[in-house]
Amino acid sequence: MGSSEMCRDLAGEVEKLLKTSNSYLRKKAALCAVHVIRKVPELMEMFLPATKNLLNEKNHGVLHTSVVLLTEMCERSPDMLAHFRKLVPQLVRILKNLIMSGYSPEHDVSGISDPFLQVRILRLLRILGRNDDDSSEAMNDILAQVATNTETSKNVGNAILYETVLTIMDIKSESGLRVLAINILGRFLLNNDKNIRYVALTSLLKTVQTDHNAVQRHRSTIVDCLKDLDVSIKRRAMELSFALVNGNNVRGMMKELLYFLDSCEPEFKADCASGIFLAAEKYAPSKRWHIDTIMRVLTTAGSYVRDDAVPNLIQLITNSVEMHAYTVQRLYKAILGDYSQQSLVQVASWCIGEYGDLLVSGQCEEEEPIQVTEDEVLDILESVLISNMSASVTRGYALTAIMKLSTRFTCTVNRIKKVVSIYGSSIDVELQQRAVEYNALFKKYDHMRPALLERMPVMEKVTTNGPAEIVQTNGETETAVLETKPPPSGLQPANQVTETDPGVISRFCRSAVSLFPAGIPSITAYNKNGLKIDFTFERSNTNPSVTVITIQASNSTELDMTDFVFQAAVPKTFQLQLLSPSSSVIPAFNSGTITQVIKVLNPQKQQLRMRIKLTYNHKGSAMQDLAEVNNFPPQSWQ
Amino acid sequence: MQFMLLFSRQGKLRLQKWYVPLSDKEKKKITRELVQTVLARKPKMCSFLEWRDLKIVYKRYASLYFCCAIEDQDNELITLEIIHRYVELLDKYFGSVCELDIIFNFEKAYFILDEFLLGGEVQETSKKNVLKAIEQADLLQEVKTHRIKYETIVFSL
Repeated sequence: MGSSEMCRDLAGEVEKLLKTSNSYLRKKAALCAVHVIRKVPELMEMFLPATKNLLNEKNHGVLHTSVVLLTEMCERSPDMLAHFRKLVPQLVRILKNLIMSGYSPEHDVSGISDPFLQVRILRLLRILGRNDDDSSEAMNDILAQVATNTETSKNVGNAILYETVLTIMDIKSESGLRVLAINILGRFLLNNDKNIRYVALTSLLKTVQTDHNAVQRHRSTIVDCLKDLDVSIKRRAMELSFALVNGNNVRGMMKELLYFLDSCEPEFKADCASGIFLAAEKYAPSKRWHIDTIMRVLTTAGSYVRDDAVPNLIQLITNSVEMHAYTVQRLYKAILGDYSQQSLVQVASWCIGEYGDLLVSGQCEEEEPIQVTEDEVLDILESVLISNMSASVTRGYALTAIMKLSTRFTCTVNRIKKVVSIYGSSIDVELQQRAVEYNALFKKYDHMRPALLERMPVMEKVTTNGPAEIVQTNGETETAVLETKPPPSGLQPANQVTETDPGVISRFCRSAVSLFPAGIPSITAYNKNGLKIDFTFERSNTNPSVTVITIQASNSTELDMTDFVFQAAVPKTFQLQLLSPSSSVIPAFNSGTITQVIKVLNPQKQQLRMRIKLTYNHKGSAMQDLAEVNNFPPQSWQ
Repeated sequence: MQFMLLFSRQGKLRLQKWYVPLSDKEKKKITRELVQTVLARKPKMCSFLEWRDLKIVYKRYASLYFCCAIEDQDNELITLEIIHRYVELLDKYFGSVCELDIIFNFEKAYFILDEFLLGGEVQETSKKNVLKAIEQADLLQEVKTHRIKYETIVFSL
């Protein structure tokens, strides 16, 4: 527990004691040295000479503490790490002796010789073998031996196996060994001991990214863990399940996950719902299945669904044009019984507002159409408005929905007018504002009403974060974006007469980044062999000759592209400045992008042209390509 | 290991060993929070939990909870073994140890712990050696008290 000054003063003494013949003192000195190094890393060099013979110890106590000392030194300094790599064969030998040696009563724990030492050696091997092919190869055999020979009936054996698995996954082991490790984890999952299952799930979560296929094999066991009683195990099983969902197993997995959503604790429901939405979006086999899944989530966990899910869902529904009638019918039926789940009611109100005409005309193809009159629809929307359970936001949705129905319904317009005017004096400022505006629509701008309340067009899906739109409401411009990454690509300025629910807009206004109302359209500069590069533009407010281009490189093939380098050249009248890229790896399947910023100075306002050179490694071979970009939009350089 | 706590089912702290420098106030706060969290766990739940940025490994032996806080890269399962080894040492020394032994002989309990763990790491993996070291220390103490008694007798003569 010494302070750093104390450590500095006593370090010399400790170093001397490391060399004494008394093993009792030596082991204590070694751990003191560990503490000194932790407090004052610069003193590490001092202990280097003493470490020469540390591994030749016979005494297990000293051996153990020495391994701890070596581990500490290697963790802290890459030079030490390189220096100690040569000890790998010795460590392997010691470990081998421990496993092969007969019963030694002194160090035995349930039939295993000195498990503490074994675990520490494995940990040191892990650090030494990381990123080093030769060391990793030297360890392969012993790791396989430990993995197969260790007794698994007691916790001790499992502790050693756990450490072995961690080591195998961290070093550059051969694939056979990795599969062995994952199988061990799979076996752990079947163990009755909760602790072991917990540890297995945690480790699998870490490896699922790199060894996806191997983990898939244990999918059914993992899904079974969803039904476990322990909260931490359930959480890990849930996270792992989401990581394992893919196009092939999505139906089965979703069934299990929905069942889990039904029965799990409230603290999980929000995460689970969000996870289900994401997975459904990525892998939905059909639109109908997708809508059904969403409905199921909304009805079972409607009150736990995250707020930002609502706009995403709305956008999804808008885009599945042929399912509108089916969707609105199902949503209507859902809230008929119970309108307390806010997210559900919000989505339902929005849909009824948009597609109410489909509802009353009984047009549904997918299932039996129900007979609904306009009054019944207005009844339910009004109940939502009046109900104490409805949040302010939900009421906003309901009021706007009622308003929209004024252009879609034919016989109940008067009733709608009455409702809207009542809320003109509502205490809730938001509702009041809307009601007053809608009233004005009825009175002074009645000719604009149909155009303003037109059906929403299919929204452009910009990024996986959600849509971004620009709206005009009665002359006021509200710019709204959901984007926190660099500016998204391709947003056309919205049609001036398109209106969308203001409630939806206020939900969109989250990020500080806003788009210019007259956005410069972005372009795809390059698209070949699965590599796509998009350019998005921004003009500098301070210097009109500067155009800031943000490139986004994405990879639609099934293998990552590494060591990606983007180079650009422009005609002599321009000046170019290339800032550093976000990374040099483009992950496969469009799961991530590299972004890089280019600043172009164009004092003579000439047409922008650029030649680009791309180099990267893909599928084991080096690729290179040259291209010319000529399709710059005029707004980017004029 | 960052620290080890021993507490009873009623939440009374029997032993605390800290391997990181913390102020008294912080120690008390951590102890209070952790005791509450661990005691609230149901018997069927697993022995590991995440708390702040540490992993907590706990095991219940009769009426005592043994609770260790380890770092992210430490092996939880081997920590369970460390706890078990410590209990075995106590058992060997006191002979069928119970909570009362630890309450009345806490300095011995600390002594045994200090011979087994140092600076948060295991220093001796052999049970025999740890117990031998304790025996030697006990002998020294005995000699000292014997000496003092002898000298007082001589003095009074």
